[in-house]
Amino acid sequence: MIYLDHAATTPLDKEVARVMADFAVKKFGNPSSLYKLGRAAAGVVHESRVSVAKILNCSPEEIIFTAGGTESDNMAIFGIANQFLATAKNYHLITTNIEHAAVLNSFKALEKKGFAVTYLPVDKYGLIADREVMKALRPNTLLVSIMYANNEIGAIEPIAKIAHIVKNYRHIQRVDTISKEPRFPVFHTDGCQAAGYLELNVENLGVDLMTLNGSKIYGPKQTGILYKNKNIKLEPLLYGGEQEFGLRPGTENVSGIVGFAKSLELVSQSKNKETPRLTKLRDYFIMELLKIPNTALNGHPTLRLPNNINVSFLGIEGESIMLKLDRENIYVSTGSACHSLSLEPSHVILALGQSAEYAHGSIRFTMGKSTTKKELEQVLKILPKIVNELRRMSALGH
Amino acid sequence: MKRTIRKNKDVVSFNKKTSWLYSDTVKDHFFHPRNVQLKEPKAGEFNGVGTVGSPVCGDMMTMWVKIDKKTERIKKCAWRTFGCASAIASTSMLSVMVTRHGGMKLDDAAKITPKDILKELGGLPARKIHCSVLGDQALRAAIEDYKSKKQENKKSKNNKATK
Repeated sequence: MIYLDHAATTPLDKEVARVMADFAVKKFGNPSSLYKLGRAAAGVVHESRVSVAKILNCSPEEIIFTAGGTESDNMAIFGIANQFLATAKNYHLITTNIEHAAVLNSFKALEKKGFAVTYLPVDKYGLIADREVMKALRPNTLLVSIMYANNEIGAIEPIAKIAHIVKNYRHIQRVDTISKEPRFPVFHTDGCQAAGYLELNVENLGVDLMTLNGSKIYGPKQTGILYKNKNIKLEPLLYGGEQEFGLRPGTENVSGIVGFAKSLELVSQSKNKETPRLTKLRDYFIMELLKIPNTALNGHPTLRLPNNINVSFLGIEGESIMLKLDRENIYVSTGSACHSLSLEPSHVILALGQSAEYAHGSIRFTMGKSTTKKELEQVLKILPKIVNELRRMSALGH
Repeated sequence: MKRTIRKNKDVVSFNKKTSWLYSDTVKDHFFHPRNVQLKEPKAGEFNGVGTVGSPVCGDMMTMWVKIDKKTERIKKCAWRTFGCASAIASTSMLSVMVTRHGGMKLDDAAKITPKDILKELGGLPARKIHCSVLGDQALRAAIEDYKSKKQENKKSKNNKATK
């Protein structure tokens, strides 16, 4: 098997699995229970929070454990917007048109409820220009949510710069009369794809809210966090017990929390080694893929995640390529309409200003810690044949 | 249908929301397409051609037919398609359906619906059914092309005769 879909999900790290099993089977107590077994569980949840906070350079109280990236995104976006739901018409929100569905569809739902929403465009590489953010900000803007790195084309957005712009605007614009503190706009970033490779120090990044999840960093699925700066107030989406500062009620997923913290610790340790190794492999693979005629790179050649390669094979359709690779036990994904539930071509590739043909023929390869040059060479042996075969039977001449 | 879904668990939707499996027949026709026209057809090899769809919708198809003028049966049917596995498999199946048993009569061929193709394929995942609708449209376009050429030939012959 050659697994090149690490942006979809990653396998669970064996060490992570080991620590998780311990808490799932033996130390299974409820952290809210006051006897030893419960206290042990509460203790390890706290330790995990401290461990994550250390990596993000924030205080433990600013880490909220959630059930994954989608939940964290919803918690951040609705947590801000719902405070103003009754007068939604008076407020404005900003995001981009290349966000993950968890963010994009949250904003679409808020738009239906009356909020004004600006969807920032990207350039042909999928990058947000900071001046676009500046132009979009309004006195009544509540929230700006811009992803750290794109899941399809790996584009790395200038998060620190944007955070700086948003904060400056906040200080000039509005001072909350009660706290005498400027509160809005708040800046959120979805960092799920970035977690394994990019800077996560929230002080350096300047973000107010940041989503991370476990399933992209060799951690357990349905685990994640929302970093929430202590000055930011969120309205809870769920009501129940006091767990996670009242923002995420329900008995803690102790083994999941331990697993998430461990996986984040491990990827943070290996980051400095993995980033240059994968960057080298990425650049080699892109160079070789572009030797196949009528093949185009989607996204920026260098301002992209070290593990992401996304190309369009013009004249043919991605699902066909994917299925033929599947037969060779090579796993990739595609932005083709034929492989989406909505039957819409990738909104990210279209946002680059490319025609639908580029989206239909797009294939994403995302490498991980198991990826070797040998595997890529194997793909390069098989893929040109598949492309050629499908092109010969395509009604579009290429 | 349900039984085949449980049996063939190898093609599953990426987000696990809906199963998205192809029957063995669909996979066979996708991996080994029949009657696909890889080279440019030679002059006189076919007497009808039709192209439908657009790359924007993600499906585009050309179909060629060779029709026996006396019996009005389809002797040869070839195609090329820009599309997904469902589109490729359903076109391949259609080309087999119209040419087997000595070739289908033109009137019958023009009546083929996507439903007929689906039946032969052993079904398609619900969301992919629309991928099978282009084949019969392309076939009808090719038949129309054959008919209009025949009309023209007749006209020009008549014109010559009156002259």
